Amino acid sequence: MFRLWSTIIKDLRILTRDKVGLTLMFLMPVVLTIVITSVQNGTFEMVNNNKVAIILDNRDADASAGGSASASRELVKTIEEAGMFTIAERGPYKNEQEVRDQMYKKEILVAVVIPPTYSQDVMARAQSVARKALKDISGEKNTASGEGDSLAPLQLLYHPTLQLSFRRSIEGALGSVLQVVQSKYIVKSLYKAINEENIPDSVESQIVGQQTEIIPVAVSRDGNRGNPNATQHNIPAWTVFAMFFIVISLGSSIVREKRSGSFLRLRTLPTHFGVAMVSKQITYILITLLQAVVIFGLGIFLFPHIGLPALILPGDITALVLVTLLCGWCATSFAICVGVYANTQEQANGFGAVSIVLLAAIGGLLVPSFAMPEGFRYIMKLSPLHWCMEAYYGLFLEGGKLGDILMNIIPLLVITLAFQVVAWWGLKRKRLV
Amino acid sequence: MEAAIQISDLSFRYQAQEPVLDQLNLTIEAGERFGLFGPNGAGKTTLMSLMTGLLPYKTGSVKLLGYELRGRDRKINSLFGLVPQDFSFYPELSTEENLQFFGAWAGLTKKEIREKTNELLSVLSLEKVRTRAVGKFSGGMKRRVNLAIAVMHDPRVLFLDEPTVGVDVQTRHAIIHYLKQLNQHGTTLIYTSHQLHEAEDLCTRVAMIDEGKIIINDTLTNLLHQHKQDGLEGLFLELTGRAYRS
Repeated sequence: MFRLWSTIIKDLRILTRDKVGLTLMFLMPVVLTIVITSVQNGTFEMVNNNKVAIILDNRDADASAGGSASASRELVKTIEEAGMFTIAERGPYKNEQEVRDQMYKKEILVAVVIPPTYSQDVMARAQSVARKALKDISGEKNTASGEGDSLAPLQLLYHPTLQLSFRRSIEGALGSVLQVVQSKYIVKSLYKAINEENIPDSVESQIVGQQTEIIPVAVSRDGNRGNPNATQHNIPAWTVFAMFFIVISLGSSIVREKRSGSFLRLRTLPTHFGVAMVSKQITYILITLLQAVVIFGLGIFLFPHIGLPALILPGDITALVLVTLLCGWCATSFAICVGVYANTQEQANGFGAVSIVLLAAIGGLLVPSFAMPEGFRYIMKLSPLHWCMEAYYGLFLEGGKLGDILMNIIPLLVITLAFQVVAWWGLKRKRLV
Repeated sequence: MEAAIQISDLSFRYQAQEPVLDQLNLTIEAGERFGLFGPNGAGKTTLMSLMTGLLPYKTGSVKLLGYELRGRDRKINSLFGLVPQDFSFYPELSTEENLQFFGAWAGLTKKEIREKTNELLSVLSLEKVRTRAVGKFSGGMKRRVNLAIAVMHDPRVLFLDEPTVGVDVQTRHAIIHYLKQLNQHGTTLIYTSHQLHEAEDLCTRVAMIDEGKIIINDTLTNLLHQHKQDGLEGLFLELTGRAYRS
C-alpha cells in the first residue's frame, strides 16, 4: 500500500508541476463550456424569445393601391403578430437586387417578398374554394374551372450563412402565417356566399383566431425536470469531452517515462510494474472527478450570474458519482492505451487530440445522435464518449436513476475493460510487465 | 560463498536476427569489482540486460547470488541495483522526491527511506540541491542522482553502465571513490564503460566480450602481464583489432 501511495504522490507531483497540462485539463473545458453554452443559449433565446429581424418587401398591387381588404396587409399584420419576426425594413424596393443590397447593408439574414398578385390570388382562391364548397353542399355537379387554384409564390431570400435548420423553422413559421391568412379569406368567402353578408369580426376571430395551444413537455422519468436548456445539454457533454482530453497529459506522461528510462529502472525493482499503472489510473480518475466538480460547480454557481440557465443536478447523486467515476476510468484507460502504444510525445499528443475529437463527433457530442446518418448510428455505439453522454443525459435530462441508465453503463464498462486489456497487452509486448 | 553472477551456456538472439550471445559462460564472484568491456555491438548491453532480468532468455542459465533469473520472483530484484547509462529518474521531481519514490519501490520503509536519503545526499554532496528539480541539474549532478537511486536499497550487486560518461574530472573521481567504498562494504560491482583508464582504477577483474563470446576473463594484473601491455587500452586494441565496429 505504501508503494502505491508513494507512486500516487509521485504522479500528482509531476502532474501539478506541468502547468500547461493542467491548463489544458481545467481551463480548456471551462472556457469551452462557457462559450458553447452561451452561444447555444443565445441561439435558443433568439429562436424562442427574441424575434428574427426581416426585410419585408410588399409588392402586392392591392396594398399599394391602398385597398383596405388587402390580403397582403393581413399577411403583414399576421407576420407581426406571429411573435417570431420583427420587420426591420419595409419596402418598397425597386427590384430584388435592391432587397439583396439592403440585406447586406443592414446585416439582415432574411427577406420576405410578397408577390404583386398576392391579394388577388388569395381572394380568387378563397372565392373558388367557396364556390366549390357550396356546389358540393347543394349537390350540384362541380363544373368550376381550375381558376383561382394557383397562387404566386412568396419569395424568401436568405443569407447563405443561415443554417438549414434555422431556415426550415422560418419557413415553417411563414407557412403557418400564410395558412392563417388564406384560411381567413376562405372562411370569409364561404360566410358571404351562405349568408350574403360579411362575416362579423367576433365570428371570424372565433373561427380562425383560436388555435389549439401547443404545450411542450419534456418527458422526464422523475416527472419534475424542467424543460431542457443549453446548460443541461452542454455541461454533461463538455465534462465528458474534458475527461477524455486528459489523453494529452496522461498519454504523453507515459511516453515520457518510457523514453526517459524511468520505466526501465522500475522494472529492475522488486515492486510489480502494475502498481505504476494502477497509480496512474487512480491519479487521473481523481483529476477527472475534479474536472467534473469544477464544471458542474460552474454550471450551478457561475452560470446564473452570467445570464445562463443554472445547472440542475440529477436527483440520484449516487448514480451521478458512479457515472462520473466510470467515465473517468474509461477516459484514463483510453489515455493509457495511447501512451503505451505511442513511441513519441508528438504521436501521443497528435493521435490523442484527433481521436478524441473524432470519438466526440461520432459519439454524438458535436452533432446530436438523432441527426446522424443511418450508418453512423451503428458506428457511434463504438465511441465511449457516446455511452458516457447517454448515461449523463439519462440523469441530467431524463431525470433517471441508476437502474434507468444501466444499459448505458454496461457498454461503457465493456469498452473500458477492452482498453485495459489492450493496454496490458501492449505493456507485455513492450516487456514493461 | 555464492557467486554474484553465474552464467552457463547462455545464448541469445533478438527476433529474426543473428545470435548476439553464443554459448556464453561467465562467473563473477561476490565482492569483486568486475569490468566488462568490448567494442560497440559486441553484446555488452545485451549481457547486462540479461543479468538484470530486463531481457528474457530461453537457452542457458543466469543465476544472481544463486537465484535463477528466468521466471524469478520479483523479490530477487532487491538484491541488485542498476545504474543505467541514460538518466533514469523523474526530472520534474527533486532529488529527495526521486529518492523517496524509488526507495518505496525498492521496498524500503518510510524510516529507512528517510535515513538512506539523508546519508546519500550527504555522501554524494547533493544536500544543497535536495529540494531542487533534478531536470535543472548539471550532467555531473544528474549522474550522482542516477547512482544514488540505484544504491538506495543497499544492493548486494550493483550494475553500472557507463556511470561517469559526460562528467568532469572531479565528479568522476568522487563517483569512483564512492564505488570503491561500496565495494569495501561488500557490494559486488559489475561495470561496463569505454573509459578504460577509469576502469583500470576501478576494476580488479576484467572480461572482454566480442561477437557474443567472452574472449578473456582474468584479473587486470594477470592480463596486463600476460599480454605485455601497460594499460587496458593497448590490451583492448590487441584483442579486438583497430577496425571500425557498428
